Parts: sequence; C-alpha cells; structure tokens
Amino acid sequence: MSMDAKTEILARLAGALSDRPQAPEVPRDYRRTSELSLDEIVDMLEDRLVDYKANVFRETAQTVADRIATQLGASARYVIPEGFDTALLPEDTAARRAIVDPNDSRKASALTVRDLNRVDAVVTSSTVSCAQTGTIFLSARPDEGRRAITLVPDHHICIVPLDTVVELIPEAMSRVERSAPTTMISGPSATSDIELERVEGVHGPRTLDVILLG
Amino acid sequence: MSITELGMPGVRPVHGQGNLHAQVAFPRAAKKELQNEQMRANIRHATHSIRAKRASVVGEVPDWQQLRDAGSAIKETVMAHLPELLEQFEQNVSARGGVVHWARDADEANAIVTRLIQEQDATDVIKVKSMATQEMGLDEHLEEHGITATETDLAELIVQLGKDKPSHILVPAIHKNRDEIREIFRREMPETTDELTNDPRVLAEAARKHLREKFLTTKVAISGANFGIADTGTLSVVESEGNGRMCLTLPETLITVMGIEKLLPTYQDLEVFFQLLPRSSTGERMNPYTSLWTAVTPGDGPKNFHVVLLDNGRSAVLSDPQGRSALHCIRCSACLNVCPVYEQAGGHAYGSTYPGPIGAILSPQLTGITSQENSSLPYASSLCGACYQVCPVKINIPDILVHLRDEDVRTRHGKRDRAAPAPSSDDPAIHAGDNWREEKSLTADHGEGGHDGAPRETSLKGLATRARRAGRKVREAVPTRAVPSQMDAMMKGASFVMSSGKRMSLAERGLPLGRVVAGRDHAIGWLPGMVGGWTDERDIPEPPKESFRNWWKKHEGETAQRLERDGAAPASTGDDAAAATPAAEGTVRSGSAGDENDARGAGNPTEGGRTAGHDGENA
Repeated sequence: MSMDAKTEILARLAGALSDRPQAPEVPRDYRRTSELSLDEIVDMLEDRLVDYKANVFRETAQTVADRIATQLGASARYVIPEGFDTALLPEDTAARRAIVDPNDSRKASALTVRDLNRVDAVVTSSTVSCAQTGTIFLSARPDEGRRAITLVPDHHICIVPLDTVVELIPEAMSRVERSAPTTMISGPSATSDIELERVEGVHGPRTLDVILLG
Repeated sequence: MSITELGMPGVRPVHGQGNLHAQVAFPRAAKKELQNEQMRANIRHATHSIRAKRASVVGEVPDWQQLRDAGSAIKETVMAHLPELLEQFEQNVSARGGVVHWARDADEANAIVTRLIQEQDATDVIKVKSMATQEMGLDEHLEEHGITATETDLAELIVQLGKDKPSHILVPAIHKNRDEIREIFRREMPETTDELTNDPRVLAEAARKHLREKFLTTKVAISGANFGIADTGTLSVVESEGNGRMCLTLPETLITVMGIEKLLPTYQDLEVFFQLLPRSSTGERMNPYTSLWTAVTPGDGPKNFHVVLLDNGRSAVLSDPQGRSALHCIRCSACLNVCPVYEQAGGHAYGSTYPGPIGAILSPQLTGITSQENSSLPYASSLCGACYQVCPVKINIPDILVHLRDEDVRTRHGKRDRAAPAPSSDDPAIHAGDNWREEKSLTADHGEGGHDGAPRETSLKGLATRARRAGRKVREAVPTRAVPSQMDAMMKGASFVMSSGKRMSLAERGLPLGRVVAGRDHAIGWLPGMVGGWTDERDIPEPPKESFRNWWKKHEGETAQRLERDGAAPASTGDDAAAATPAAEGTVRSGSAGDENDARGAGNPTEGGRTAGHDGENA
C-alpha cells in the first residue's frame, strides 16, 4: 500500500459516503435555560450531592473558615492552589497547615505526586455547578489549581459560591473555558463494578465535602 | 484535497480485524454459555437492577426525547461530514501540541502505540478502560513486545487478573459475583491476606491499594475516548472510579486511541451527550468523574500527548447507508441490559469485543457479514425492539438486524457475488466479501470517474432512484444461480401461500389437522427436517381452533360499534384502516417504559405487524 494511512482512510471514507448523505438540522429544543429560582436550584444541587454521598454544608463568609477547620480536623496538612482566597481559611496552627501549590508542575515549588499522596486534604474553589446532575466543574482556574491536586489527596473540600450554581448542563457547560483541562465531579469516586452495587471510594478522593457559600 | 477528488473508485472500505471475530458461531457459543447457571444468575441480577435504575433516572428528565433527537441528529451529522471533521480535529490537536496518528487497522494501531511506548523507554503502562484497545488486542500485542499493560478499571482489573474476557461494555466483569472476585484478588494480589472478605467495599479498597503505587510511578498511560471534539480538539473520558483521572493526569506521556466515529462536531454538542450517556449507561444522573482535555496544557498533566485515530472496519460500516447508523453508538450498554437474548446468553457468546444487540449489528459490519462466525450474530435477537426503545441516540437496531439478515441470506445465495463462482466451498465468505462492494458501487454513485458508463443523474432524487433500480437489477439477476436449500423451499412455499388471501385461507383450513397431530398433549413435539430444530428445544402449541381471518370476519363490526358508543366517528371500517390501527397501538404498548414510547418505533414493519396480530387476538 503506497498511500499513507491518513490519505487512505480519508479516501475510504469519501468512497463510503458516495451516496452523499445530507446532515440533518440538529434540533436543540431540549431545555437550555432554567425556569427555577436560585433557591430551588441550590436545594436541588444539595439534594443530588447528598444522594451521591457527598457532605454538604451551607456557610457564609463569616462561618466558612470554622467549617473548613472542622472538616480538616485538628491535625492536617492540606494543599491549596496559589489563587485561593486565604481569607476563607482558618489560621494555621502547629498541627494544621496550608501548603500552597504554584499551579504549575514545572515550578520547583510544585508539589510532587508523592507530596500530594502524603497530604491529608485539598481545599479549592470551583467554576460552576449543575444542580440537575449534582455536578461540580473544575477548570484549572487559579483558585482551583492543576488537576493533580484535587485527585491524589483522599479528602477534597470544595467551595461552591452560590452565584455559580445553575440548574442545567447546557447552562453549566457554557460557563467553562473550552480549552481548559476540566474535571466534572459528581460525588466522591465510586464503582459499581461488583454486582452493580455502588461503593463510594476507589482511586479518587474518598471524602468530598462541598461548602455552598453565599 | 477536496472530498470529491478522494471519492475515487478503487478505494474500497476495508473490514476490521482483531477481537471482532467470533471463534465459535453464536448458536453454539450461546448453547455452551447457557449451561453456566452461575453466570446467568449474575447477569440476570445485574441487568435487572441497572434496568430499573436507568428507567428511574430517565423518567425524571422531561426533555429526554428531545435530547435523543438531538443526539441522533448530531451523530448523523458526524457521519455525513466525517472526513472534514477528522481533519479539523487533527488541526486543533496539533495546534495545542498533540500528535495525531492514523491507523487503518488494528495491526497498524498496535504498532504505533508500541513504538510510542518504546520511544519513552517504558516497559510498564497503565490503561484506563477502552473498547478500542480491547478490539485491537493491544494488551496481548504489548505483552509480546515485553511491555506490561495494567488495566486500572476495577472490572477490567478483575478480568485481567482472572485471565478472563470482558462480557459487558460497561461492567466487563458482570458475569462474576463477589465471591468469585474475592477468590481472584486473593490469588493474584500478593499483598492481600485471608482477611479479605467478599464485601464490595473491601474489594474496592484492595484494588485501591494494589494500584496506588502504579499510578504514582508509571510514565506512560493509554486511554480510550468517549468523545473527541472537532472544533476544539478536546477529548473526553467518562468514568467513575478516578482511575481515568489518574491515567489522564499523572503520567508524562498519554496515548489515546479513538475510533474515528467517536467525534462530535462542536464542544456544545457535549451538553447533549453528557445528559444522554450517564443515565443510559450506569443509571446515574451523572457519573462521578468526567475529564476534558485539549492536547497539552503546560504545567498541568502529561507533557506528551498522542492520539491514534482508528479505522479498523469503521469505513466499511459507513459505506452501507442502511447499516451505518451503528456507528452512532456511544457505548452506553443500555441495549445489553434490556435484551432478553443477552440476559440469557451473556456477553461471551457474542465472541466479539462488542456484545449484545449493538454487537450483533456492529461486529458483523466491522468484519463484513461474510465473516463466517459473525454471520449468525444478526439472528441473535427476537426483534422485540427493546434495544431501540432505550438507545440514547436512537439506533434502529431491529431494522439493521433485519437488513443484515437479508445481506447474509443474499451472501449465502451468491446474490451479492456477481463475478465469483457460486459459493460451494467451506468458505464462501472471502470472495463474496469483495464483491459485496461491487454491488454497492452499483447502488451508489461514485461521483466523477464512475465506471459503469451509465448516464449521470446528479440530483439526489435521481441518485436514489438509480440506486433502487440498480439494487433491484442485482437482486433479480441472480436467483437462478442459487442452489435452493430446505430453507429456501420453505420460504418460497410460505411466500407463495402468504402472498394471496385465497391461498392463505385455503391453507388455514388445515388447522384442524395440526390439532389432530398435537393430540391430547395439545402440543407438537417433533417436526421433520430442519424445522425440527425448533422442536428440539420446545414443543409447538397446538394451532388455534380457527384462524384469525375467520375470527375477524365475525368480530370486525365491533370496532365501529365501540367507536360509536364512545362518541367518536368511525374513520373507516375498511380492512386497511382496521388493520393499521392495532399495529400502531401495538408498537406503542409494547414499549418497556411509558416515558420512551416513540411513535417512530413503528418503523419496524415486522414488529408492528406481529404485535398487531397479537392485539387482534386478544381484543
């Protein structure tokens, strides 16, 4: 075969389409805008997250630091991304300390996967959350960090500002930067591979605490 | 290079290779699997529980049908523009520092992946569940080249450690129960002790410990892809356990193998498929983790990214206008979970990487229906239509099954073989396979440079007419050459009788004879010849006292009476209208769940017709 693979595959495809099938108009009359109030949407998100066995807390700017402290426990070394608003965090103590990751694995101060495997938790913000499916979107913004920091630690505390909560998937997707490395999280890691019985906690963080902040 | 120029005659689609061919034909394989009571019990339990979960989460989406319509139209668009979309995808991946490779078949893809791993001096790779690499037999190929591939999905790990084969698209170890899995882990994971129990929680924990070090140290990962986005070059993997995120994020080099049909035109299209896939697949509102990445992001994730675009028979599937929508499949496995045949036979009986109803239409098209052991797959169905009802992208599986049965019958009769001698050898398949394409070139216009010398008709309508005419020509031209079999004689006879009301009515007078044969058992336990295959497995109930035709004569007035009583004007009492109404109703009522009844489900005439008969009798 003298042709290179790409040329040949494209030629095969063109031959296969010799009947010139017409692409249909894509009907987009599915729901794309919510008709619910923000309160209803936030309630729905909480309900779905709890259903996935995530722990959900409603906090304000005044109470959030205490909540994070409670969830971390008295003794914890935890990671935060460089752009995270430290005003939300509890004061460091001798036994509880935040470690800042520079959001770039090429930098010398970046935590290695070994480091990440040894910390107790990670605290980040989030881009947008979809209530209908109970899904939190992380898109590597400065207060969310690179993907590894929310993956390797066993405990993820995630801040969801109320103004980032939407009802529908199309609404959520439209708020995400398309080329950003994005992780959609719906509850802690889980498997149904054994007799289709859902078990929370396999390789990703086994504990997911969601703080609805508003 | 324009598409028209590429549409040259002589470049024929080529069928796929790898784990697509059944070693044993379905009927024999199924017979063996049916003996495995444990497997059947496991599968029954699993499919029933996931079926209920799916129905419940689909039921809560008010715009489910609109989403299915959108999903179907998007996939149709992908197929119509596949060459352009692939090139667009390649440009966007390259622009973001990724490398795109093209693989005509499994061998070529295996060779590319092996070379890429060797370039990194790696002898160990981690893998996230991927149908494409399973289809290619990548793990085995790598092993031959001294590379150890570790499957990281829990079910794939169970299958790999158990030296077993996957039996389900979504839950490959569905045929194993917790005791069997516990045994495998205890035997194959040196770090486990006798304290390991059969609790799924404990078993998942064992897998976590077993794989943790691998995730942290392995330099090369291999993944499949659920979606590839042409207008951004973005790829997506949908998963539950976090093993996917580990593979996609931690290694230095990521190699993704993607079937060419997995594309979507735009990033926006994901908003449809992220709603359709999880609910259809695991019966969850959303799977725990979905990753999206666009080639290389400096400082976040792998430094090197390669994507291998795999044809391996997909272009051949695309070349059949009646079968190509099998490529719309997003591998959700909803059709497996509702299939009465899959439920009994299990996934291994299908032989290929792709089991169940979708496998029954995809595998024989990827390999060519002429691939002998796969030619029985289109018959592995009762045509009940449940698969179509649940399909998130509305692949009309029963229609394609019937179409492929037709292709198979015509292959056996040499009807698709204009040049080669009539198939008399053990393997009529190979030559007939080539000539199938010959017929296709008759039924479809090859554009500039077509070689049949017929006058060109350029309008679509003209093309369609020509295609139909040519198709008829081929069908009519050949029957004289076929050697009639017992089946042919039966079919001929049945067609002769059934094509005339008078003859059918005459034949029905023989019903009492059947009742005599059935005797006091009210059942017929033995039939001669090839129809004996039926009575080998079960008795035929005795025929009814009178035919439906006679029954209808006595009762047909009742419809009009009932309508009158209900206050509706009878549309017509003619035979046609009366016959059409129960057909349409029957199809709707036969649906498994009220939410997804779709009048378009009546598209399958066999189904509608048969259901109509039932309803008539019950009326």
